[in-house]
Amino acid sequence: MNGQVNWFKGGLLLGAAFLFAVIFVKPIGVSTQFVIADGIVWNLFSDTVVQKDPGSKTGYSSPNAYLNKSGGKYAKSVAHPINYSFVFVLAMVAGAFLSSRLGGPRPTEQDRSAPEIWRQRFGQNSTFRYVTVFFAGVLVLFGSRLAGGCTSGHMMSGMMQTSLSGYLFALGAFAAGVPAAILVYKRN
Amino acid sequence: MTIFLAIILGILFGFALQRVGATNPQNIINMMRLKDLHLMKAIFFAIGISSTLLFLLMSIGIIDPGHLSVKSSYIGVIVGGALLGLGFAVAGYCPGTSVAALADGRKDALFFVGGGLIGALIYTLIYGSIQNTWLFDTIAGGKVMLATGSDKFQALLPFMPGTLLAAVIGIFFMLIAWKLPDKL
Repeated sequence: MNGQVNWFKGGLLLGAAFLFAVIFVKPIGVSTQFVIADGIVWNLFSDTVVQKDPGSKTGYSSPNAYLNKSGGKYAKSVAHPINYSFVFVLAMVAGAFLSSRLGGPRPTEQDRSAPEIWRQRFGQNSTFRYVTVFFAGVLVLFGSRLAGGCTSGHMMSGMMQTSLSGYLFALGAFAAGVPAAILVYKRN
Repeated sequence: MTIFLAIILGILFGFALQRVGATNPQNIINMMRLKDLHLMKAIFFAIGISSTLLFLLMSIGIIDPGHLSVKSSYIGVIVGGALLGLGFAVAGYCPGTSVAALADGRKDALFFVGGGLIGALIYTLIYGSIQNTWLFDTIAGGKVMLATGSDKFQALLPFMPGTLLAAVIGIFFMLIAWKLPDKL
């Protein structure tokens, strides 16, 4: 597609992002921030979901076992949404926007509803695409959280650090994803 | 300062994802059905070069090994990875690319992110009832990496110099990136 860089330049750009992140702060990860975003909304409607707790490692705790994990780490991020990892993910949108404005690939109006391969296979009905993608999103983030990371945190950052978990994650993702893609979209 | 870094590094990552075509679900789907390996080549190359440089720069003291963050290995990593793989293949989005794809004005990405927030919420709510099951049985000791290089995490292959091992794996990944065909 017009504006898209080849694998070499693209790989350099991506590699630079992952390397600079670990040089200056820590490895890149995204999927945790979906939990933090949920927590921030939850916290708006609840007085009890996140509490100050001098007894916990981070100073925060939650009656929810997941938010309370690792000494209330997620509870603390929910209480302070302006933290490194959450702002990082918001800034990704700005970065993608910049790239798109500065000569990056631009989708057509039709592409913005569904990619071409989907339209060839399932037709022009966007509602079907939206509903399917919504449930795929449920599955992907549930899976990411069960795994403790996603394509960024496990696969890219993980394998960069030669972490065993990164290889296991990639194995699971491709062993399930490749047959699924071929089954759904066929090879031709 | 960390917020400033979050903005700069986040912009760099979002820019890279968009420019390499990872925010376009067409490219992801075609990678998963092994039709167009452009993205897979870019990913192999990115991991290979960043890993090689990371371990080299750590060995000469430019990168603080304390910045590493190795995640635990347990059964759920494989199961969760497989669940992600299914949704990734059908939708053509993963958590990071879906967020960046919002900037492309992609409406399907918006539905993906909405579903993702629900999926993450479901997990948050049920975690308490699954946290003591076999899903969290660790593999090979949990937080392990293949190469040595950090005091915080154990190396699986401690008899090999970490920098050398990481560089060998990294160069192997770069060779895969170079040799894989663009299209099948």
